[in-house]
Amino acid sequence: MANQEPHRLYKAGDLVTIEQVSLPAGERAGSVPEDTAQTPLLLWVKGELQKDAYTGEEVEVKTEIGRLVTGRLTNHPVNYQHNFGEAVAELAEVRKLVKAVLWEEV
Amino acid sequence: MKDLSYEAVMARQNEIIRQAVGLDYDQFEKADHTFDYEALMASVPYDLEEVCEILDKMHVGKTPLVYLDNITALARKVAPEGKGAKIYIKDEAANPSGSFKARRAALSVYEAKRLGYKGVIAATSGNYGAAVAAMAAKLGLKCIVVQECFDSRRVGQPEILEKQRKCEALGAEVIQLSVGPELFYETLKLLEETGYYNASLYTATAIAGVESLGYEIVQQGMEAFGRHPDYVIATNAGGGNLTGTARGLRKAGATETKVYAASVDLSGLHMASDHDFNRKSFTTGHTGFGIPFTVQPDRSDVPRNAARPLRYIDNYMTLKQGEVFFITESLAALEGMERGPAGNTSLAAAFALAQTLDQDQIIVVQETEYTGAGKHPMPQLSFARDNGIDIRLGDPEEEVPGKNIILPDHPSKIKARFWDMASLRKSALKRLVAAMDDKITADQAQYLQEELNCDLDFLGQALGELGKQLA
Repeated sequence: MANQEPHRLYKAGDLVTIEQVSLPAGERAGSVPEDTAQTPLLLWVKGELQKDAYTGEEVEVKTEIGRLVTGRLTNHPVNYQHNFGEAVAELAEVRKLVKAVLWEEV
Repeated sequence: MKDLSYEAVMARQNEIIRQAVGLDYDQFEKADHTFDYEALMASVPYDLEEVCEILDKMHVGKTPLVYLDNITALARKVAPEGKGAKIYIKDEAANPSGSFKARRAALSVYEAKRLGYKGVIAATSGNYGAAVAAMAAKLGLKCIVVQECFDSRRVGQPEILEKQRKCEALGAEVIQLSVGPELFYETLKLLEETGYYNASLYTATAIAGVESLGYEIVQQGMEAFGRHPDYVIATNAGGGNLTGTARGLRKAGATETKVYAASVDLSGLHMASDHDFNRKSFTTGHTGFGIPFTVQPDRSDVPRNAARPLRYIDNYMTLKQGEVFFITESLAALEGMERGPAGNTSLAAAFALAQTLDQDQIIVVQETEYTGAGKHPMPQLSFARDNGIDIRLGDPEEEVPGKNIILPDHPSKIKARFWDMASLRKSALKRLVAAMDDKITADQAQYLQEELNCDLDFLGQALGELGKQLA
């Protein structure tokens, strides 16, 4: 994954996302199902980059509450990309249906 | 440098938690393998009126109790002649941070401040994170929220991504993790590193805060309809919502009100599975949390869980995902109230239950939650569709979690389904008596009856099935 990311330069002070391998695959809790056990436990946190660095390098960031945390610099977006999705026709049908049943519209 | 391996951190769990909640749980344990639940709850140094005053200072609570006349009318349209109980809803979305969880966080964060902690940490992917962040912001404490957020492809549930945004908007540092129960391990490491307070969902202060919800339902109900409600329905996951509400109802005198749990049926999906993570369209309020936490509450992140729903549940209803999305859309279309889906699980249950009750009966649905990008029927269903889930109108009875979501093609198809309470009690009993001798003493029997909310005949019979008996 990391080597597929473009090698980008970030400047000190940029808001970035860093990644840590919290538990490597094979060192996970005994209770996790097999598919999960085969993956590492990954951790991401955002913070202000302390020194100029390239994607993939070990860096230090200062988080929202002022904690200094180290991890691998990623290109993961720091903005929010979730949205309202696509229009779902079935929901429009539900609205029409309940109004028709209650108000006896045809 | 401390050993930060999984085993080493988990081995330090008791000491870390003791430091992080400022409470020695050993004082509640008894030699006969029981524990004193009411003593744990009494460790909160405020009575219910004082709790309400503290919440009021933090601008939490006093949310409207709304009569859903059109939803009630819709239920009556499809119910047998003379049936269709009145449905009221407590509009908890009006709390700071947009859910009842503000009540659960308020007292905890207030206590953290009073005890001198500099910050609070909460491990949650739910509305509780934003609630803790909001209360910490109000009291000037630092806040870290630890979320289970992405699968190993770094694909995240839109509902959880929105909760991350809200936590950050309220000033929290958010730690995002891939799928797995080791969320708790990560939280312990952070508690140890920072010395912050563990704003667990399951402390006595968290549950005492929720008691205010039951209390308000009784007060507002007396004004709105002049008596206690016949039924209160709570969406159930970790059990704190139901436990706190039920305790508040009792403290306010509504001892005859029946308390029903409601969860979305996600049978068949494994909650810790990387593959299943994004095949569910509800990230909370579902059976994957609700059932295990009901039968084994002490699986939580504190030594003894103050949320013990089995003590209070009269009946446990399950809903299909499609039914909850349907009722969420109906709430917008018929009542003009656009709210988040997960909190409407109890509303879908009320809609089904109302059709089986006489028209003079009163049901209170005890929460709503805020809605927004990601946390809304449209993005949640779009996301499901993108993950290969079949979305259609039809008969929700045919819904298979992880395969399809079937929105009812008629409101009459939202059905009341009940989980077998006897089997829940027996599962819980098996764990409770595991360390006890074969002869159960009178004190132990009293404790077991309270934990299971059952009579002595049931207990005697269930013990017999486990090869034990009443002394």
